[in-house]
Amino acid sequence: MMKKKSLALLCSLMLCAGLLAGCGNNAASTSSASPSGAALSGTVSTNGSTSMEKVIGALNETFMYNHSGVTVTYDPTGSGTGITAVAEGRADIGLASRDLKDDEKATLTQTVLAKDGIAIIVNTQNPVSDLSLEQITELFTGVISNWSQVGGADAQVVLIGREAGSGTRDGFESITETKDSCQYKQELNSTGGVIEAVKNNPDAIGYASLASVNDSVKTLTVGGVTPTAGTVKDGTYKIQRDFILATRTGETLSDAAQAYFDFITSADATDIITAAGAVPVA
Amino acid sequence: MSMNILSIPTHFKGSFGRQKHVRKALERVMHGIFFFFGIVAVGFVLLISAYLIFSGLPAIREIGLRNFLFGTVWKSTAAQPEFGILPFLLTSVYGTAGAMLVGVPVGFMTAMFLSKVAPRPLAAIVRPAVDLLAGIPSVVYGLIGMIVLVPTIRSVFDLSDGACLLAAILVLAIMILPSIVSVSETALNAVPKEYEDASLALGATEIETYFRVSAPAAKSGIAAAIVLGIGRAIGEAMAILMVAGNVANMPTLFSSVTFLTTAIAKEMSYSSGLQRQALFSIALVLFLFIMLINIGLNLLLKRGKEG
Repeated sequence: MMKKKSLALLCSLMLCAGLLAGCGNNAASTSSASPSGAALSGTVSTNGSTSMEKVIGALNETFMYNHSGVTVTYDPTGSGTGITAVAEGRADIGLASRDLKDDEKATLTQTVLAKDGIAIIVNTQNPVSDLSLEQITELFTGVISNWSQVGGADAQVVLIGREAGSGTRDGFESITETKDSCQYKQELNSTGGVIEAVKNNPDAIGYASLASVNDSVKTLTVGGVTPTAGTVKDGTYKIQRDFILATRTGETLSDAAQAYFDFITSADATDIITAAGAVPVA
Repeated sequence: MSMNILSIPTHFKGSFGRQKHVRKALERVMHGIFFFFGIVAVGFVLLISAYLIFSGLPAIREIGLRNFLFGTVWKSTAAQPEFGILPFLLTSVYGTAGAMLVGVPVGFMTAMFLSKVAPRPLAAIVRPAVDLLAGIPSVVYGLIGMIVLVPTIRSVFDLSDGACLLAAILVLAIMILPSIVSVSETALNAVPKEYEDASLALGATEIETYFRVSAPAAKSGIAAAIVLGIGRAIGEAMAILMVAGNVANMPTLFSSVTFLTTAIAKEMSYSSGLQRQALFSIALVLFLFIMLINIGLNLLLKRGKEG
């Protein structure tokens, strides 16, 4: 009786061990990069923009895999808070989804990590295919309320946006200068939701991160410029913003923080940044 | 384990006093274990309540109870943020009432049909179909609502956009059907056959009997079904998040609206600071709101039973 039990226990333990071993093997075989520079150790603290969550998360994962001794922390507190934190020395690197203001530049240095393009999308049945930045502002604030005013059909404009606090909403509203004045008909809490809502309503207009847009909706050109990674990078596509790294001017980073900074701004990181939906500048 | 318990008497042969003592101790231990698992559930309720109160109160204190409950503007991330949840409160009340208005008659009639009217083979098909409704995840209701119902409402009522309170009411009405149908059907089935026989013998038609005799006899069960429906409708978030439009407007049938539940679900992921605290306050209000409704309805039910 007792023997049988312990045998069963042993078997199940072995099975569990097998499972765990399987995990280990997979992780090792799928990652091609071998851990290097394991000599580095310490903590790198980053703090700031919630919009950069995906990009920074992916970069941190890769960096920490390659440098097992380093812990990179990320506090998604918002661009303003992140800049304050780095200025006050509470973080090594501040993350912001806007450029530094002049007074902030007095003590901080900004390095552009990536650019984020926001696509303006309409239903595929909508005849409108180009809007100027001013027209977009007027559409979203309700000054233009009928599509016929911008060359479309005689139908009321339906604005689809993101929820308060979303990085995409914050980015869109600050670029188009429509902060707190958008007359949304729907506020959805995901990019997919916005695309689906625009797809289902012929009079809808919405915005979504450039990387997420697909063929089920029509992406508008803005002032004649088609949003692509190229036009975002060279700055001709206007509805875009910088993801920047803020560091204290004239102060050297710790070895770990410097290694992290070098890695995320290097050419090695471009694939990770692209995969996370932003346009790398390196 | 069981072997050990059985073997205790042989070990203590002759010393019955000690044996009794051991068994008593074992009894007490088992009592303790059952008691522990019994209070785990209660513990969770207390823990959640306490957590909600502690995390919900700071924002209310900062915003002011009056501004919070009766403010009509919600702009949580504006430069001058405003946290008024009256639109959410009213939407939750209207939405739930609307769902009841649509769902209860349909559910009641379905229950009546299944219990009294339907021939057995037909009932055997309809009943599992209704039960199946209960098994559909709410996100699926939302998805179908978003892709089918919202565009339909848009074209039927000639609106610019179909995501509105009406869409949410219709989705909720369908979602509460299974609980209303099954609980009312059970209540109707439990009506003694003699009541109906007597009614029929007095010359009433079958339909008269069902509505004038069976339904009143089953009224407490039907009321319980309605309470259950209200509970489900007011706590639902996922399905209506996808069809209600989620703008913090004061509710009208065709305006894009936010419920108490969707206000939390919508903004939670990227919220920070006072905005996040205010979301916890909404959760606290929702929690109290549901408790009040349940207590009120229970009192109503009790009074109905006594009267």
